[in-house]
Amino acid sequence: MDYSQFLMMPQELGLLLVFLLVFLFDTFLPKKAQSSLSIFTCVVFALFTIANVFMAGNGTSFSGMYEQTSATYAMKLILNAGMLIVLIQATKWANSEFVAVRRGEFYELLLATLLGMYIMISARHFLLFVIGLETASLPLAALVAFDKKHYESHEAAAKYMFTAVFSSAIFMLGLSFVYALAGSLYFNDIAVNIMGGQSALLIVALVFVISGVGFKLSLVPFHLWTADVYQGAPTAVTSYLSVISKGAAAFAFLVILAQVFGSAYSAAWEWMLYAVIVLTITVGNLFAIRQRDLKRFLAFSSISQAGYIMLGVIAGSEVGLASLMFYVLVYVFSNLAAFGVIAAIENKTGKVNMDDYNGLFKTNPWLAFSMMLAMFSLAGIPPFAGFFSKFFIFVGACHTGSVAIYVLVLIALINTIISLYYYLLVVKAMFIKQDECVIPTFKVACSEKVALIITTLGIILIGLASCIYTYLAEAASNSSAMFMFIH
Amino acid sequence: MFLFLGLMTTKLSKKVAGTLGTIGLGACLVIGYTAALTYFASGSLEPIKVLDTVWIDFSQIAEGFSINLGIYLDPISAMMLIVVTTISFLVHLYSNGYMDDAHLIKYGHEAEGGVKHGFQRYFAFLSLFTFSMLGLVLATNIFQMYIFWELVGVSSYLLIGFYYTDPAAIHASKKAFITTRFADLGFLIGILILSYYTQTFDFDTLINGSSSAISTMQGTSFLGCSVLCWAMTCIFIGGAGKSAMFPLHIWLPDAMEGPTPVSALIHAATMVVAGVYLVARLFPLYLIAEGSLIVITVVGAFTAFYAAAIACAQTDIKRILAFSTISQIAFMITSLGVARPEYHEGVGYMASMFHLFTHAMFKACLFLVAGAVIYRVHSNESGKMGGLHKYMPIASIACLVGCLAISGIFPFAGFFSKDEILVAAYANNTLWGLWMSMVAGMTAFYMFRLYYLVFWWDKPDYEAHGHHAPKEAPMVMTLPLIILSVATCVIGFLPFSDYITYNHEPLHAGHDWTVIISSTVIALIGIGLATVLYFKKNDKPAKMANAARGLWTAANKRFYMDELYMFITHNIIFQTICRPIAWFDRAIIDGTMNMFANITNAASYAIRKFQSGSIQSYVWIYLVGALAIAVVSMLCLI
Repeated sequence: MDYSQFLMMPQELGLLLVFLLVFLFDTFLPKKAQSSLSIFTCVVFALFTIANVFMAGNGTSFSGMYEQTSATYAMKLILNAGMLIVLIQATKWANSEFVAVRRGEFYELLLATLLGMYIMISARHFLLFVIGLETASLPLAALVAFDKKHYESHEAAAKYMFTAVFSSAIFMLGLSFVYALAGSLYFNDIAVNIMGGQSALLIVALVFVISGVGFKLSLVPFHLWTADVYQGAPTAVTSYLSVISKGAAAFAFLVILAQVFGSAYSAAWEWMLYAVIVLTITVGNLFAIRQRDLKRFLAFSSISQAGYIMLGVIAGSEVGLASLMFYVLVYVFSNLAAFGVIAAIENKTGKVNMDDYNGLFKTNPWLAFSMMLAMFSLAGIPPFAGFFSKFFIFVGACHTGSVAIYVLVLIALINTIISLYYYLLVVKAMFIKQDECVIPTFKVACSEKVALIITTLGIILIGLASCIYTYLAEAASNSSAMFMFIH
Repeated sequence: MFLFLGLMTTKLSKKVAGTLGTIGLGACLVIGYTAALTYFASGSLEPIKVLDTVWIDFSQIAEGFSINLGIYLDPISAMMLIVVTTISFLVHLYSNGYMDDAHLIKYGHEAEGGVKHGFQRYFAFLSLFTFSMLGLVLATNIFQMYIFWELVGVSSYLLIGFYYTDPAAIHASKKAFITTRFADLGFLIGILILSYYTQTFDFDTLINGSSSAISTMQGTSFLGCSVLCWAMTCIFIGGAGKSAMFPLHIWLPDAMEGPTPVSALIHAATMVVAGVYLVARLFPLYLIAEGSLIVITVVGAFTAFYAAAIACAQTDIKRILAFSTISQIAFMITSLGVARPEYHEGVGYMASMFHLFTHAMFKACLFLVAGAVIYRVHSNESGKMGGLHKYMPIASIACLVGCLAISGIFPFAGFFSKDEILVAAYANNTLWGLWMSMVAGMTAFYMFRLYYLVFWWDKPDYEAHGHHAPKEAPMVMTLPLIILSVATCVIGFLPFSDYITYNHEPLHAGHDWTVIISSTVIALIGIGLATVLYFKKNDKPAKMANAARGLWTAANKRFYMDELYMFITHNIIFQTICRPIAWFDRAIIDGTMNMFANITNAASYAIRKFQSGSIQSYVWIYLVGALAIAVVSMLCLI
């Protein structure tokens, strides 16, 4: 075996190294030094992320099972950025009384899932893809159950586990249909073999595959686990689930649909996705309006955001890919800012209800300010990053030039207005209802502050610094080969 | 050569804001001067792009189309660089003294609650303004210019409304903002038309590279004029709004509610000339669209006269200066309007820029004098002043220098630039020349009226109301006055014509002795008349005002322009247009939106039960959903 093939995967190897370092630190260092594990992980991961910026090189290895392109580099870099913020945010929680004993597990599981996501993005063979998918799913169930003291945490983990297993089963069933059709599990072979053909089997296979990945993205109607799991899981895990896990699934989704089923684009999945997007955005919005628990609220908001992300997939072009990556990046920052505020308040007071946030501006103006920016960005109000990401994703979708997609964008726009209503509900609670402040003034922990500053700056700057979008657009246009079956 | 401008904006620190702001601006001044002088010394007057980065790339949509941000140096932007940094620096310096006390004068009783942190806020705004103004003059493309154009408008708005507890200031700032915004609409439309045809925002490409697109625009006609003509006129409307040209001038006199140093910086020296700068920047295009140049000339010439007439009948010293500013800017605009390459090698262009430069110096000087006087006398009304030359000799001399300069007396700066303008005007058409000469005479008259009323006339009893007798303003305030007076005396001798011309080639303009002599004589007549009427207290002015009562009142009330605007906006536009729209908005739009909201709400309530919390139903819905999609797809696609 040619071991130099491993050199094609510098990011995976680097992440593995980080994982091993954390593991060794956790296992062999004396109890006293253990408390610095969080900082150690953050620093090592930060170094790894920086090193990532300089990595490059395209190519395939393991006889085409694995592929690295400039787009996959960019995708993994975006995940890393989000992961880093999650790690910083979680520091306070990981060192709290009940969690501190199992701090190591938390970080190791988290890093293991990230490795799975890397593989999902780069896999070009369904076997490898499934390995990645499961590596990304199973440790997450353990993470969801991390709060042993809370009954909800167990319930959420059980729900997550069962639905994940169920969706995996459906996904595998879909894969077996695909194999029956194409006689191979290599992405390229399948794409070539199914070209031109159109059968009921292909459609069923496609639906099952979409449902398997759509489950991770919480697309409607595969979304029902989302709210319960988000609510029950520890906030650090919820933010990870809502951002990193979802981003990785979105990337993998685009890769599969474009590279495997590209030739069936206009014949099949464009319309399936069309329906799913309309359902997802609308249903997510409708549920979000009624939520009072902020974690549930963000769960539904993230469902509807997933619908917007899918607009980048339906575009099926380099422009769509670039706007999708940009959207995920902005979404990472905006959502993590919101979760950062929620986690800070939850860690201090245990309150997660929207009514508890009344008058937050009076007692904790900076937290309220960050939360406001996060809400504005999620709602897509200029000049914050969310506006630009929505703008680009709409432009990307409109680039297909078909009338149906214009209608889709119009529906998405109307939903943006609806979403504005519930995002502003939070802002209204914090700023206008000043009479009753339940949450006392408190000092935010240093790590949480750092994370909030990073995310807030990101919200303000990512949209304005056009070099970021240009970078992503370049990465996308360098990887335009993946859309060869669509055109 | 050009380390650069920008980051000196955000100095919001506490007590040291003033010092820090001034030092920052000082550094900026040095850099600006170095850049400008290196540029002029380099010998070549071709424009250079120091920096040009793509900000938003539209090449996916239209080939080579993008919005850039950058720094553009050519003779006029280098000149503006000097003007902006100099005046801004001096005003920062001056404000350290002025703002200190200004609160106490106006808001002594509510300094605690009302204008708290005023000092830092003031310097932050001032720096923001300077930053935007530099961005405007150094813009590489018309879109960047537009961005900074709006930023300048915002900072002007903030500074006019600086005393936000005073309703008059609030009104004035709103008026300024709305009027200029309204004009900017024209600017934006102009930009859009222009870029639609030429596919670029870039100044260089606009001026040199796209002659075919320009000739298309010229060939395409719309409502009797070429499209180019429309575009350029629309852009000029934007410039006219900023530069307070009739009929969009109404905001500038009211803008005097802001602190006086702000008036000096923004409403005399820099921002208001942005319109002139804009026209000068796009001058080659205006040359092609001759129709809009005629519009410009007419508007400029009329405004010059109109504002001068009003200035003769005002009593608030800052208002007099404001109308004088309008009139002088109108001079510059007219000068651009009459400039043609065939007359004296386009001397009007050079004259306009020259006058812009000199006017910035002496008008800032006059405003700062006014500030110093107000600082000591605690009033804007010229009726409460008089005889001040005894108490404030330096201010008096500075004011005299400024007045001589604006009247166009040798050897002060205004003489040179104003004569060039008159030369250009005569060259174009004798009628314009005579008209402008008359306005120049009026200028001399009203400026000396101001000077005498403030510093001579009769001495009121300053100590009557328990005030102290006025004395010279503190050093930080007098120093800028001295610097500016000296500058006013010497800058007229700068060899401007060697550097600033529309085609970047030195101009060989000789002096036209008839113009020089006639204009000096006219100015002297104006001064003489003012001396007779206002040097000592007497009742001649009152008699004269009585004799021409109607005219006097009309001029004093600014020819009722404000009332006319109020009538048009309130009685006509609000009643006939806004009312029906408001009704439509409430009944139809809101109704539709409410319907959406109600439907959303109901739907949200109805589907709530799907989220039951039981995992069996989740999985069930998952499966049914997937199969439903598959079935529907099969029915539709196969």
